[in-house]
Amino acid sequence: MNTLKIALRNILRNIRRSSMTIMAIAVGAMSMLIFGEFISQIFAAMETQNVCRSGHITVFRSGYFKYGSGNPSAYGIHNYQAVYKLIAEDNVLKPLINVITPTINLFGIAGNFDADSSKTFFGLGVVPEDYNQMHLWNEHQIYLSHSFQPINETDDTHGFIGVGLGRILGLCESLKILDCTKHQGAVVTQSQQSKRDFSSLEEKTDQPLQNITAPRLDLLAATAASAPNVVSFYVDKAVSQGIKELDDALIIMNFNLAQRLLYGRGEKQAVGIVLQLHKTEDIPIAKSRLDQLIKDKRLDLETRELTELQPFYTQAMKMFTTIFSFISAVIAVIVIFTIVNTMSMSVMERTHEIGTLRAMGVKKRGITIQFVIEGALLGFIGATLGIIIGSMLAVIINHSGMTWLPPGQADPIPLSVLTTGVAKLMFGIWFGIGAMATIAAWLPARRAAKMKIVDALGHV
Amino acid sequence: MTEQHVVVFENVSKIYQMGEVSIPALKDVSLSIPKRRFSMVLGPSGSGKTTLLNMIGCLDTPTDGTIEVCGQKIAEISDDKMSEFRAQNIGFIFQNFNLIPVLTAFENVEYPLTLLGIKTTERKERTMDILESVGLRGHAGHRPNQLSGGQKQRVAIARALVKGPGLVLADEPTANLDSKTGASIIDLMYKIQEQYGATFVFSTHDQQLISHAQDVFSIRDGQLISHTSENI
Repeated sequence: MNTLKIALRNILRNIRRSSMTIMAIAVGAMSMLIFGEFISQIFAAMETQNVCRSGHITVFRSGYFKYGSGNPSAYGIHNYQAVYKLIAEDNVLKPLINVITPTINLFGIAGNFDADSSKTFFGLGVVPEDYNQMHLWNEHQIYLSHSFQPINETDDTHGFIGVGLGRILGLCESLKILDCTKHQGAVVTQSQQSKRDFSSLEEKTDQPLQNITAPRLDLLAATAASAPNVVSFYVDKAVSQGIKELDDALIIMNFNLAQRLLYGRGEKQAVGIVLQLHKTEDIPIAKSRLDQLIKDKRLDLETRELTELQPFYTQAMKMFTTIFSFISAVIAVIVIFTIVNTMSMSVMERTHEIGTLRAMGVKKRGITIQFVIEGALLGFIGATLGIIIGSMLAVIINHSGMTWLPPGQADPIPLSVLTTGVAKLMFGIWFGIGAMATIAAWLPARRAAKMKIVDALGHV
Repeated sequence: MTEQHVVVFENVSKIYQMGEVSIPALKDVSLSIPKRRFSMVLGPSGSGKTTLLNMIGCLDTPTDGTIEVCGQKIAEISDDKMSEFRAQNIGFIFQNFNLIPVLTAFENVEYPLTLLGIKTTERKERTMDILESVGLRGHAGHRPNQLSGGQKQRVAIARALVKGPGLVLADEPTANLDSKTGASIIDLMYKIQEQYGATFVFSTHDQQLISHAQDVFSIRDGQLISHTSENI
C-alpha cells in the first residue's frame, strides 16, 4: 500500500478543510500566473516595438553613443558601404541577420509655413525597403498596439511623422488626424508665410516637381560643415508611435533625404548600421562576432545592443521583475502559513493514529514522509488548479476587449496577457508553489514524528 | 532470562517528571512472562498497568533496571531499531481499536506486513487467511466506520497477529464492547492464541477475560504484589 494513496485519502478525509487550503493555494498560483503572463506580454511588446524600430544591434562610429548623438554629422561612418558589406557577407553573422540597414539619426527644425508653425524634430533616415521589412519582425507573435504603415519606397522625399508632431504643425485636416482641432494661432496670411518661409535656403536638387498632394514640411538641420541646410519633405501619413515624446517629435524619412539634409554635398555617410536578428537570443553571438570583426579590421567603430540603445526597456523589465518577485514572496508566505495551519490541525486530530502507527513499527521518518507528502499533494493540487484556472482566465482577458493606458503611451492599448511561450513560467509557478508547500509541511510533520508514542496513544 | 520467557523485567522503575514533581509509576519491578501463554496484568486504576504494558511493548523506556523482550535488551537499541523490532515482534490490540480510518479492514490488516517488506502476493494471502480466521473475510473492503465495535476489534486482532509476532499486547481489549461481544472476542483471542501459538499479555478489569488467564500479575502502587500461574 503506498504512502501516496494513504496521503490522498487523508486529504479527502476532511474535504472541506482540504478544499479551502487547495483553493487558497490555487488563487495564489492563478494570481502569479496572470501577473507573470501580463508582464511577459509587456516585455514581449516592448521588445518587439524596440526591435522593429531600432533592431538588435547598431554599429556606430566610436564615441557616437556617449558623445555624438547631439552632433550626428560629426560622428558619421565613413565608407559605410564597405562596413555594410563586411557584416552582410560574414559567414557567422549572415544566418543570424534578418535585416541589415544603414540609418541616420538627426535633429533639426520642421516648419509648416502654411500654418506658421515649426517644431524641433528627431529625424530617422531609413532605407524604406529595409524599414518595411524590419517592421514585419514579430518573434513572439504578439498583438502590437499600433498598426504598421509601410513607408513610400519610390519617392525619397516622402515619409511619416508622429501624430503629435502633425497636430503641433497644424496638419490635422490634411493628415486626417483624429481628435485634433485646428489651432487659431496657426492661421496666417500668405504675405506672412512668404516672409517666414526659409525654403529658399534649400539646396537645389534634381528632384522633379511632381503632382504632389501630400502636405509639405521644410526641414532645417546643420550639415557636417555647420552650414544650415533645408530639404522639402512630404508627409504621407501621421503615424502613432505609441509613446508621446516620440509622437511629438519623430520624422521618419528616406535615408537618401536624410543624407542630403545632414551632409549636403559632402561625403554621404551613415550614422549607424542597424542589425535586426532573427532571434533576440542571438544578440550575444552576433555582438561578439561584430566586435571581433571591428577589432580584426581595426575599424573606428563600436557596437551597441538593444538594452543599451533602449535603457527604458531594461529599466521597465527590472521594475516589473521586482514587483513580480515581491508578489511571489507574498504568495509564498500565504502558501506556507496555509499549509502549516492545515497540517498542524491534521497532526493534532491524528495524534492517536500517529501513536498507533509508531507502535506498529513505523519509524519517525515514515511519519514525517507521510505528512510531508500530504502537504506536497495539497500544494501541487492547488498549484495545478491555479494554473488551469489562470490559463482559462488569460483567454477570457484576451477576448474581453478591455484596454489600459501604460505610462508614457499616447493611446490606450488592449489589456492582454501572453499565452504562448509561457510554459517555463507555468512550470516555475507550479513547481515553486508545490515545493513551498512541501517545505511548509515539513515542520508539522517533524513535530508529529517527534511525539512520544505513549503520549500520542494517550492523547484525548 | 530463560528460553521459556518472552519478557523479563529486572528491577525496573519508571518515574515520570511533571515539572518539579516526580511521580513513580513503577517501583523496582522484576517479573518474567512465559511464552505462548495467556497472561494478565491486573490492578486498580493508576496502579501502573499501562506503564508496565508500554514497557513490555517497547513503547517507553525505564528510568532504572533492564528489560528484555523476545531476547532483545531494549535499552541498547536506537529508536529506528526499536521500531523495526516492534514491527517484527510485537502486535498491539488497543481498547479503542485504533484502526486507521482511511484504510479498509483488509488494508489495516495488511499494513504491518508492508512494514516488513513482504511481497504483495504473500501479503494478500496472509491477510485474507487471518481475516477468515476472525470471521471478517466478507468485510475486507469495509472501512472502520462501516464496522461494528466487535468487528473493529476483530480487525485489530487480525492486524496484531498477521505478522506472526512473538508477543501480543492488549490493553483492556473488551472495555469498549458489550458483554456478549466481549465474550466472543475473548473466545476468538483464546482460539487464535492456541492456533498461532502467540504470547498474549493483557491488562484488564474484565472478569470474563481474567477467567481465561494462565498467568496473572497483580500490581498495585507501581509494585508487583503477586504472580499466580496455572500449570498446564
